[in-house]
Amino acid sequence: MPRLTVDEIKKMREESKKEISLREGNFRGKVIVHLGTCGIAAGAREVMDALFDELERRDITDIMFTSSGCAGLCSKEPMITVEVGASPPVKYGKLTAEKAIKILDEHIIGNHVVEEFAIGMGSERIG
Amino acid sequence: MAKKRIELMVCAGTGCVAGGAFPIMDELKKELKTRGLKDEVSVVTTGCNGFCGQGPLMVVLPDNIFYGWLTLKDVPHLVEEHFLKGRPVQKLMFTPPEEKTPIPLLSDIPFFKKQMLIVLRNKGIIDPEKIRDYLARDGYVALEKVLFSMKPGEVVEEIVKSGLRGRGGAGFPTGRKWELTLRQERTPKYMIANCDEGDPGAYMDRSVLESDPHSVIEGMIIAAYAVGSSQGFIYVRTEYPLAIERMKIAISQAGEYGLLGKDILRSGFDFDIEIREGSGAFVCGEESSLIHSIEGSIPEPRQRPPFPAVSGLWDSPTLINNVETLANVPVILTKGADWYSSIGTETSKGTKIFSLVGKINNTGLIEVPMGITLREVIYEIGGGIPDGKKFKAAQTGGPSGGCIPAEMLDSPIDYESLTKAGSMMGSGGMIVMDEDTCVVDVAKFFIQFTNDESCGKCVSCREGSEALLEVVTRIADGEGKEGDIAFLTELSETIKDASLCGLGKTLPNPVLSTLRYFKEEYEAHIKEKRCPALVCKGLTRYYIDPDKCVGCLLCRKTCPVGAVLGESKYVHIIEQDKCTKCGQCIEVCPPKVTAVKKVTGNDMEELEQLTETVLCAERRKR
Repeated sequence: MPRLTVDEIKKMREESKKEISLREGNFRGKVIVHLGTCGIAAGAREVMDALFDELERRDITDIMFTSSGCAGLCSKEPMITVEVGASPPVKYGKLTAEKAIKILDEHIIGNHVVEEFAIGMGSERIG
Repeated sequence: MAKKRIELMVCAGTGCVAGGAFPIMDELKKELKTRGLKDEVSVVTTGCNGFCGQGPLMVVLPDNIFYGWLTLKDVPHLVEEHFLKGRPVQKLMFTPPEEKTPIPLLSDIPFFKKQMLIVLRNKGIIDPEKIRDYLARDGYVALEKVLFSMKPGEVVEEIVKSGLRGRGGAGFPTGRKWELTLRQERTPKYMIANCDEGDPGAYMDRSVLESDPHSVIEGMIIAAYAVGSSQGFIYVRTEYPLAIERMKIAISQAGEYGLLGKDILRSGFDFDIEIREGSGAFVCGEESSLIHSIEGSIPEPRQRPPFPAVSGLWDSPTLINNVETLANVPVILTKGADWYSSIGTETSKGTKIFSLVGKINNTGLIEVPMGITLREVIYEIGGGIPDGKKFKAAQTGGPSGGCIPAEMLDSPIDYESLTKAGSMMGSGGMIVMDEDTCVVDVAKFFIQFTNDESCGKCVSCREGSEALLEVVTRIADGEGKEGDIAFLTELSETIKDASLCGLGKTLPNPVLSTLRYFKEEYEAHIKEKRCPALVCKGLTRYYIDPDKCVGCLLCRKTCPVGAVLGESKYVHIIEQDKCTKCGQCIEVCPPKVTAVKKVTGNDMEELEQLTETVLCAERRKR
């Protein structure tokens, strides 16, 4: 490998930063795709794949993308929860890949809750 | 999806590797493939996570969920439940002792919360065998800044301003050492990284090499530039094979990328690094002995001055720094000396890594700001003493250090405070002792070690440690006599005065320190033939309480030397002259019975009489 210049190292550094962005934890928001057996049966994995691929395609690295088990409201699956900044989490239901991407555009990027797909805002009490 | 949505950061420091981390990683990869998840979930090898008592362990990112005490059997269930179905597995999470609710997130676990990561900034996030991971974490940014926009004198100035002090044990101001070396006009100059970490129980430097070898390489290149050296050595003890392997890979990768070797980053600066392995001598942690070892001579210290900075390796000016010290350097150059000196206390800047071991709930490596109190370390990070036992003392500085007792729990941890208390920072070992630890036994352990490791050059160290060991052993065996304590004190002071190097000068510290705070325990051993902690075998006996024994035969069957007399439903008796004090009988006596106990001192005489009576007279039936 030829001796690298400062600029080449800089470029490599920028690329590598993107590769490990998942580990750094600099997130301004969070998307949780609800899986569990019911979720998967309803098609949550397709929603998850589409959403994740779209985040990757648009090079969005400041949103934490994760999954969880069943949220409880099985009849409304596939479901996702979106939390941006300090706003309370919003639960969306009966989703498809296109609806999820609309939520990505309007809520995750645009910061407007997509009311037509939203089920509720906030979380349950614990204890 | 091309990028991964979940990354499993599996700890592969030596501790977890010994616990089976590599087979677990293979099993994870296999199971992920079987479940069709191998394109979504990656398995990443990382260096030491620090929470070693919980190993083998891993952290699931991006969620930051911590899983510990992993076994091969756990893998299929874990993959199916968490990575396929999204349901984290509670039984693999960390649950504090005595509690029922697990703590899923690493950031919520008390062990991690109070730590401040500077040296260990990349732990658990990078694969130590991938230079690109290090680059992504702003690796080699400092080097670029130094090579292209700073003069050597300016680099030295920055380190002086930061207040960084040597992390190997002595705490000498690093900037001053660099300055002294820069000022030398003779060439060539050498740069040595000291990774001959020898204190029993200390493994901070090993962890840095295994988790983030490039941080040390970058630190070395910057140091070499600052003082004018073009040849470096990393002296690593042979007992660290994984650290050596990872360092070799890192050096090779750095060379490939033009970050090491000739014309680094095309700046015109040359510097290369060779690895030299130690051969099992504690004394080689001492700089002049280490230098002799590299030269191929017998590892013995020599008179200083001249200091290595003036005349060291092959009589040339040599800068020698500890690995942890060097790993701080890149961060100081990127974030600035002002930032660094804002952390810590007036005289002790920055952070220090400690290996928190012994009688403590949360065992492992921690990095904390200087000035944190011992109480915070033991109770908030360490989780307190197991089984509700009482804290007795914390031993810092390994065989060169001393004990900090309970009444000093609120002292800050920094160089000066520890020295004032009769101990020292040392390389960062922190061994926690409770009411069941005997200080005489601890002193004996450390003197045995240093006596064994003494190079033999100085009479005071060679013969002095022998004499110290003999007296302390006599006391532990129950043959202490009047005048022993005075003798130990006088001899200790003499050894400190007359020895040439740090090994000799500090080896009496465990004795002096334990005498200072626990004199009554020594006196109990000598005058009352009593070991209050019930540890010293010469002063303790195992005794079966006849009022509690139910005659179940368990201890009789377990005793490896047949020292227990008894029949079913008859009170059992231990024959003292056969007993080897192995402790098996106490272990097997049922918890509801607890008839076996250890006795010492006066109680031993009473029980001897009682045993005689019981043996000779009627055998009691239960």
